[in-house]
Amino acid sequence: MSEPSKEVNRHTIAVLVDNEPGVLARVIGLFSGRGYNIESLTVAETDHAKSLSRITVVTSGTPMIIEQIKAQLGRLVPVHKVADLTQDGPHVERELALVKVVGKGEKRVESLRIADIFRARAVDSSNNSFVFEIVGAASKIDAFIELMQPLGLSEVSRTGAAAISRGNKPI
Amino acid sequence: MARKKMQGAEIVIEALKEQGVTEIFGYPGGAVLPLYDAIFKQNQIRHILVRQEGGAVHAAEGYARSTGKVGVVLVTSGPGATNAVTGLTDALMDSIPVVCLTGQVPTHLIGNDAFQECDTTGITRPCTKLNYLVKDVSDLANVVHEAFHVARSGRPGPVVIDLPKDVIMAMGTYQEAGTAPAEKYSPRVKGDQSAIAEAVRLLGQAKKPIIYAGGGVINSGPKASKLLQDLVKLSGAPCTLTLMGLGAYPASDKQFVGMLGMHGTYEANLAMHDCDVMICVGARFDDRITGRLDAFSPESKKVHIDIDPSSINKNVPVDVPIVGDVASVLADMIKKWKALKPKQDQAALKKWWGQIDQWRAKKCLAFQQKGDTIKPQHAIRRLFELTQGRETFVTTEVGQHQMWAAQYYNFDKPNHWMTSGGLGTMGYGLPAAMGVQVAHPDALVVDIAGEASTLMNIQEMSTIVQYRLPVKIFILNNEYMGMVRQWQELLHGGRYSESYMESLPDFVKLAESFHAVGLRATKASQLDDVIKEMIEIDRPVIADIAIDKLENCFPMIPSGAAHNEMLLGPNDKAEKQISEQGMVLV
Repeated sequence: MSEPSKEVNRHTIAVLVDNEPGVLARVIGLFSGRGYNIESLTVAETDHAKSLSRITVVTSGTPMIIEQIKAQLGRLVPVHKVADLTQDGPHVERELALVKVVGKGEKRVESLRIADIFRARAVDSSNNSFVFEIVGAASKIDAFIELMQPLGLSEVSRTGAAAISRGNKPI
Repeated sequence: MARKKMQGAEIVIEALKEQGVTEIFGYPGGAVLPLYDAIFKQNQIRHILVRQEGGAVHAAEGYARSTGKVGVVLVTSGPGATNAVTGLTDALMDSIPVVCLTGQVPTHLIGNDAFQECDTTGITRPCTKLNYLVKDVSDLANVVHEAFHVARSGRPGPVVIDLPKDVIMAMGTYQEAGTAPAEKYSPRVKGDQSAIAEAVRLLGQAKKPIIYAGGGVINSGPKASKLLQDLVKLSGAPCTLTLMGLGAYPASDKQFVGMLGMHGTYEANLAMHDCDVMICVGARFDDRITGRLDAFSPESKKVHIDIDPSSINKNVPVDVPIVGDVASVLADMIKKWKALKPKQDQAALKKWWGQIDQWRAKKCLAFQQKGDTIKPQHAIRRLFELTQGRETFVTTEVGQHQMWAAQYYNFDKPNHWMTSGGLGTMGYGLPAAMGVQVAHPDALVVDIAGEASTLMNIQEMSTIVQYRLPVKIFILNNEYMGMVRQWQELLHGGRYSESYMESLPDFVKLAESFHAVGLRATKASQLDDVIKEMIEIDRPVIADIAIDKLENCFPMIPSGAAHNEMLLGPNDKAEKQISEQGMVLV
């Protein structure tokens, strides 16, 4: 067998699990116990009737590690489905962030201007602060946060990525 | 149909009965008193009272491995559950089907740091295949049924069911197995047909094939062992087994080249290194097997049959992965082979066997028994020879004696060899032997042990005597933790830090204090008589065999070395120094 690639890539993986206590702990424990990386993780119930939750986990590793992560997830008893959105074709990935910026005068105006460019909405304001809501790819949110840094960035809350494949097929 | 209401504890016992359970290993406590009351009121299930919960899990493992059934454990909350953790981890690593029922404080006290409370599902999550905390009596029966299904299906493993006391005291209705909605867990059994065809094609064309099989063959059932033999015969390939796989292929057969790996035979490891096609059947390319990964069998095409997709491409990338049950895949491979009738290169195969015979001629397992001092290899060899013609089961502890047992005791049948392979748990063998004897009351059950390991679960002697289990503890006593001492000799300049035990007990008197029989051999001339007497006595026996204290276990692939860099004996070690990278490994 030819030498496997050592290149580290970022993968977004969707996992359908039973919405039972302990399932999320099992998934997270698998990542920590086996030394895999979690860049972001989101989870919520997506099908109340069947009591299913969807976990979206962004991880990175060599092709062999990514294959292991999927196989290890797949063999957990409460896991129904594992889909590698990065590998399976084009997909949409979105994250929401709430960004608190504290400042006055020109900086305050500048932060509004940039928010407008990024299509971020002000969802709260006081005399000297804004809370912006921004939705987009992780890189866009990174860029927005970086621009807010000199303008009085005070606090950030991010949801982690939610993702879904493009086209008419479900995972 | 109106169903009779019964107490939760009775529902649990009823479900166990329906699952075919006839024996449970356990230890009572406050949280499980209702279950013990339900056990008291019936006669179908026999409870074996162990002396520590760790012993119960190993006993259940021995029971499971020697019968193919699910082993069952019952322990109380808190310390009962935490004492079971080592055994559960052991069962997970070696893929042994075990269902462990743990008591729990009542649901309204969970999280309150109540007496004998611990987060059992939290603690056991990484060391079980699945665990449950049952909060409603109406779920109870179905959870037990599902737990057995999960424990025995696919790659087997341990399952914990945590039972709060109020749930097992509540009244509910029993539900038979199969009345719940379709079982959600159904691992793939049948292999991909095109991959199977490709595997047969590779094996048929091979000039230097090898079949490397492991514990998955044993777990797949006796039929899988038979099919493995058929495939080995059809293909004419040599067969090697892992520590976990011993017995899956008869050791007495000429196509068997011995165990492979760290203390495997020279011929098995060199054949693995030099082969051009490797068929891995139910084994997992463990680090004890592969040695240095980048030098592992560099020229071969590899086929890997495993029921667990996560075993494939984990350590070693393979060319043809086949996910499926070993017995099913082997049957399909044999069918395919018979249909395709591959034209094998007989000249090449003959040359390959010629090469293997040259390696065999090194006689890597040769030893010399001279003088009074008993060589451990000789002790095992004599034990093997003197137990021939009997139904004999062997368990071991962990260390040098374990490797000598694997090397010098030959197994021709599956399910007769029980050893802690993955976790390497000292103290496994004695309680495991107890479990084997419970399942096979008329068979000869020998725990090949070291004196250090034996002491780790010696309290179970009391259980063994209580249930009149005629288990034989065959101790190779060198007064050292032998494998630790061997590594200290090889890697740490012979500084035997804390590997010598002063003031060991007198094992003969120890046996007698438990109302068992103690025997001792200190000279080679006494060995046969002691073994014969041990076999003949229909009671538990501890046989204390004083062996050569400084004997080392060879052959050996030092950690971080490749298969073709084996140490054959003590004289080899001077020229082949162990690398620093190797020292980091265990």
